[in-house]
Amino acid sequence: MRMMTSDEDLATAAASGDGAAFASLLDRHYDRLFAFCFRLTGARAEAEDLTQDICAALPAKLASYQGRAKVTTWLYRVAVNAAHDRRRKRATYMKASDGWGDWETGRKAAIADTSAQLDWLTAAMNQLNDDLRDTLALVLDDMTHAQAAEVLGVSEGTISWRISEAKKALRAIKEKEDAV
Amino acid sequence: MNDDLDDLKAMMDAATPRPDAARRAENIALAQKNFADIQGSRTAPRPTSTNRPKGLWTGVRTMLNTMTTKGALTTTTALVACGFLLLTPQAQDLLRPPSNPQITMTEFDTIRSAPQDGVASVAEDVMATNTIAPESSSALPQVQQLPLTMPEQDESFANRATAPAERSRLAIKDAQDTGETAPTPPTPAPEASIAMESTALSDAVEGAAELAPAAPPNMRGLSGAVTEEIMILPAPASQPDARFIAPPAQTEAFANADTNPLRITSEDPVSTFSIDVDTASYAIVRSSLSRGQLPPAQAVRIEEMINYFPYDYPAPDLGEAPFRPTVTTFQTPWNADTQLVHIALQGQMPALDDGPPLNLVFLIDTSGSMDDPAKLPLLKQSFRLMVDRLRPQDEVAIVEYAGSAGQVLAPTPASDRTTILQAIQGLGAGGSTNGQGGLEQAYAIADAMATNGEVSRVILATDGDFNVGISNPDALKAFIADKRDTGTYLSVLGFGRGNLDDATMQALAQNGNGTAAYIDTLSEAQKVLVDQLSGALFAIAEDVKVQVEFNPAQVAEYRLIGYETRALNREDFNNDAVDAGELGAGHSVTAIYEITPVGSPAQLSDPLRYAPNTVASASDELGFVKLRYKAPGADVSQLIETPIVGSGIPGTEANFAAAIAGFGQLLRNPQYLGDWGYDAAIALANANRGEDAFGYRTEAVQLMRLAQSLSR
Repeated sequence: MRMMTSDEDLATAAASGDGAAFASLLDRHYDRLFAFCFRLTGARAEAEDLTQDICAALPAKLASYQGRAKVTTWLYRVAVNAAHDRRRKRATYMKASDGWGDWETGRKAAIADTSAQLDWLTAAMNQLNDDLRDTLALVLDDMTHAQAAEVLGVSEGTISWRISEAKKALRAIKEKEDAV
Repeated sequence: MNDDLDDLKAMMDAATPRPDAARRAENIALAQKNFADIQGSRTAPRPTSTNRPKGLWTGVRTMLNTMTTKGALTTTTALVACGFLLLTPQAQDLLRPPSNPQITMTEFDTIRSAPQDGVASVAEDVMATNTIAPESSSALPQVQQLPLTMPEQDESFANRATAPAERSRLAIKDAQDTGETAPTPPTPAPEASIAMESTALSDAVEGAAELAPAAPPNMRGLSGAVTEEIMILPAPASQPDARFIAPPAQTEAFANADTNPLRITSEDPVSTFSIDVDTASYAIVRSSLSRGQLPPAQAVRIEEMINYFPYDYPAPDLGEAPFRPTVTTFQTPWNADTQLVHIALQGQMPALDDGPPLNLVFLIDTSGSMDDPAKLPLLKQSFRLMVDRLRPQDEVAIVEYAGSAGQVLAPTPASDRTTILQAIQGLGAGGSTNGQGGLEQAYAIADAMATNGEVSRVILATDGDFNVGISNPDALKAFIADKRDTGTYLSVLGFGRGNLDDATMQALAQNGNGTAAYIDTLSEAQKVLVDQLSGALFAIAEDVKVQVEFNPAQVAEYRLIGYETRALNREDFNNDAVDAGELGAGHSVTAIYEITPVGSPAQLSDPLRYAPNTVASASDELGFVKLRYKAPGADVSQLIETPIVGSGIPGTEANFAAAIAGFGQLLRNPQYLGDWGYDAAIALANANRGEDAFGYRTEAVQLMRLAQSLSR
């Protein structure tokens, strides 16, 4: 019977303290959430960590679930916010570590090497700015522009514009690569 | 999404790894632990006890302890005395003047009647979502079940009707959910007023309970292009409560083309089209009207509305061609100076029991978007009705598709009813919609089931929302056309509104040698899957094409009413490779031309001054009708010809078809109708209801009345 229950009903039940509903909801969405995190971060380890962050924070966030939006929309919004937090933390860390000298330079070179071995798309997506990247990750996940707009809290037109920008950027990257 | 992104998506899908199982378990466990922690903090005992001894005397003692002044005590005592006088009935008798005894009664009445109105409106909502004909006795359990088990789903329907934000787009694929629309139960008051309004508007139509404020009339003006985006903003009054959430964006796409233009016979004397036995458009129109909205103009396909009804046309004799054409000409109801040419084909009705064994593959969409009372539950009921009508020699297999396709029931003889019904009952909705994967598997199973002399048919039940795999109607067409050559038929049953992708459904049915029907109620399921089952399952003629050549000496102008999506090129008529519609056993097909005789004052175009007058024919025939069809499975077509002769008196059947043609034009584009309106259409239809054993025509008259009210 539980499989028949809609996501929204499960989420509402979980928000009012039904542990079984929460477990079932998370189990249902974990794989999709992980795939989405992978799209946001572009690296498996990062995606695992981000998913862990989200899972850890989810029970507290659940209280904010109003039953207005679809669960997937809400969950993606949580994921995008968590990704932002992670990026911000890392940016602070990078800034602090910028003057660390040769050891850090060597480490960054190693990271650059690894990302060169990543497949083209992931590397290319890493070069996009965060907004374009979030948008693309959503749209590549079978979200319509309207749904992506709802998750990111911007207008549908903005999404369409970002997608065309992202396409432009990817094309430019590809051309640059082809030229090399 | 264009090709760039499709490539990107494919690459991305390939690159995305599976989550690590250990991490997955760890993360879920972490989440559950945090969840439990949070719950714990809510339920943990409070540091200070709230369970102090209770009771009236405790309260009085506290009050006496805290209130020390005499004045305060006097005040509270006075308040208690006033409260006694005002609130107890005996004390009120003391207060009330004898001349005004009615106050409490009226109050009591309003209090009592408000919830009753609420109940009544819910009951009517239920009627609206399940318009069940009284004669279908098997439908009765459904009536009793629904109000008990799905109250909030009814409410979501009411919501959708009251705030008609409607948005049609080809590309948006939006899974909608009932849970989103009705988080809080609506208060009875707005519903009650709506229900009362509906009673005033129409006493007749079952679905009238949810009359929203009439859709803006400019809806009618929008025509043609499928990709056009329509946004009708909700009227201010339609937002009954701030707590109501706007309904999810509707993403319906309809297949249609521009209204057939007037043709000038001397320039273009030949008109060619394929027959169309689909009925989806009529059911969509009915569903829209029943929800209190005029249907979008693109949703109206006039030929499908006309062909929805069974007609009592003369049937072919045994040994003749599988169908018999009847051509009559009579005066146009909406224009005294033009004529209607009414072309009727009546298919023969072979005995159902003698037909070859059927291999049916039910291909059932169980994606998340089907999770709606008007979709999957209705679908299950509908298929149950149909399974009861199958013969022991027939076989049924069931494939469901959501994110991935899967066989639910291996080919099973229809005699094993319990197994089939259990498999149908076990279907549940969830996930995205990989229609293509499902179709591939269904065709594969149909091929495996087929042996010589058996008829294979895939019956696809969906809301049309294909969002995984091929989702472009053109690409689907190519895929289906390829499968059509294997001899397997395809029927498409549409369910539910909101994201109904009529364009995709039409593309599938027209290219898959099949029919499309839209099931909005159990009684419609009864019509399509029980009463007309043999027509839906056995084709008696394939690729039926109609070509009419008008005589320029007699006919100045002509116009085909409907069949916009079925137009064929002139040369396609003799080309047996070109696909066209199928005629089912016992089905009838009607096509209507409006013609303007030469010299009639109704002629809209002036004759050319310099063109040579080539009209030499002295024939008094108005035109010539040619029909081509193939026997089922045959490759070579056969020809039937019949002339169109002068004017006659229309029979009941032709008159009713003309009334429906007029109704369709009123809904779609009334430019040729002059001042002929709903009143005349209703009168014409009402006078020609004929025997109407199933009540379909009566229902049509009711719909016309409703449309009249809504279009004012």
